Amino acid sequence: MDIQLVLYKLILCVAILLLSLMIAMYATLAERKVAGFFQDRLGPNRAGIFGLLQPVADGMKLFFKEEFMPANADKVLYILGPSLTMLVALLTSAVIPWGGTLNIGGTEFALQVADVNVGVLYVFAIVSIGVYGIMIGGWASNNKYALMGSVRAASQMISYELAMSMSIVAIVMTTGSLSLNEIVAQQHGMHWNVFTQPIGFVVFLICAFAECNRAPFDLPECDSELIGGYHTEYSSMKLGFYLFSEYINMFISSAMISSLFFGGYDFPFMNDLGLSHNMVTILGTAALFVKITFFGFVFMWVRWTLPRFRYDQLMRFGWKGLMPWAIVNMVLTGFIHLLFKK
Amino acid sequence: MNQDSTKISLTNRSKVVSNKKMTLMERFYLPAVLKGMSITLSHFFKREVTIQYPEVKRPFSDIYRGMHVLKLDDEGRERCTACGLCALSCPAEAITMIAAERKEDEKDLYREEKYASKYEINMLRCIFCGDCESACPKEAIFLTNRIVPSQYKRTDFIYGKDVLVEKKNARVDVSKRQTPEVLTFKQDKSKSHNK
Repeated sequence: MDIQLVLYKLILCVAILLLSLMIAMYATLAERKVAGFFQDRLGPNRAGIFGLLQPVADGMKLFFKEEFMPANADKVLYILGPSLTMLVALLTSAVIPWGGTLNIGGTEFALQVADVNVGVLYVFAIVSIGVYGIMIGGWASNNKYALMGSVRAASQMISYELAMSMSIVAIVMTTGSLSLNEIVAQQHGMHWNVFTQPIGFVVFLICAFAECNRAPFDLPECDSELIGGYHTEYSSMKLGFYLFSEYINMFISSAMISSLFFGGYDFPFMNDLGLSHNMVTILGTAALFVKITFFGFVFMWVRWTLPRFRYDQLMRFGWKGLMPWAIVNMVLTGFIHLLFKK
Repeated sequence: MNQDSTKISLTNRSKVVSNKKMTLMERFYLPAVLKGMSITLSHFFKREVTIQYPEVKRPFSDIYRGMHVLKLDDEGRERCTACGLCALSCPAEAITMIAAERKEDEKDLYREEKYASKYEINMLRCIFCGDCESACPKEAIFLTNRIVPSQYKRTDFIYGKDVLVEKKNARVDVSKRQTPEVLTFKQDKSKSHNK
């Protein structure tokens, strides 16, 4: 019985890993397509129909590019940087509930790699390691632009993590659990957190943009000022890892937003359709991916709408704008919870 | 706006910049952000302006100045007499030629006693100004609405007579650019280029 479970978890792990990589791959194409449409262009459409083979071509190109290492770079750290970023980006997906339970041969299998009872804490722990990958890469490059980019990344991520965690605290207060599975389960039947926590949602969304280093918070990369930011000196597949992990982070962030605020795999009339248990689970997973796709689109949408912040504006917005709102939201939630719920 | 000062506005869309304190609603930024996002979204659904080039070509003007052609006359003889006026008029010095004397048995190939045995245009130097066309006294060289294709080597951009001279069975129509007005202009002795 145990072997069966281990086998199942292993399959799930590999499936999620491959899925994350595939999605990141096609997110690069989606980004370029969406960018094209936003600018009244078509985007890449030469490699395969609708440019579907474009990510393959890009990946091939990255593999065949020269592997360059700056002369005075710290060799170990230089390689550790992108590896760590990639690892951390992939680790988060372990606690996200991708769906309900599948009933295979009388045994219930949860579509979640690990139902950690401190799932939210786990996510934040992993996300805060993410900054090390960027820091190490920028430091090891021995390049002023890379260092500037990584310093910016570090201070930005630390500042926005605070507001982000505080917006989650409000959810944890209402749910009474740190387990992501429990948080999603309590939102069943359209009791989505976004309706009860609108301020928390907005704060979390903005912080998610900042955590992913996406526009308008893309100061660590900041092509026009810092060439490429922390990955200026990287080439070939090491650069590919950095770019790839950005898209994986985007995917995971979208999944987190969907799980925390939009009911995860919950969809309207979930239990009234009279479908079999497995069917509902599969539809739920599909619903989750629809939500993830939508938020992925929002990420790109915002990128092609808003200009980049100036650095002092970014810090002021993080500390003086989002932090107070997160605290207000937390206090308000506490009061309401105390007065009406118990 | 100050009505006394006479400001000229070309588009009537200019706005006077002010440094007034923002209201509380404006300082939230979110309404403005949402407004911006609705503008970008409206572009998402707009028709794309892209022209899929090799498959679809945009219409050119009749007098577009593209790749040159060396014309043959009605009997299929080369009109060029290698006078060198095109090379002289070329501001980019893209044209070179070597003149030769026509043999007795070449009367059906070249119209006059002198012809260009070698005629080359370097398409990387050419700026497609059309001066060679207006300088030519024999109506031999014209620019056409064809595009010079891209090449991998620089030497491939030097076009010789094999490419430039029009084929007998595939004539290039230049009647649109050879209007009566153009012809009388070329004959006008008062213009400096015809002296």
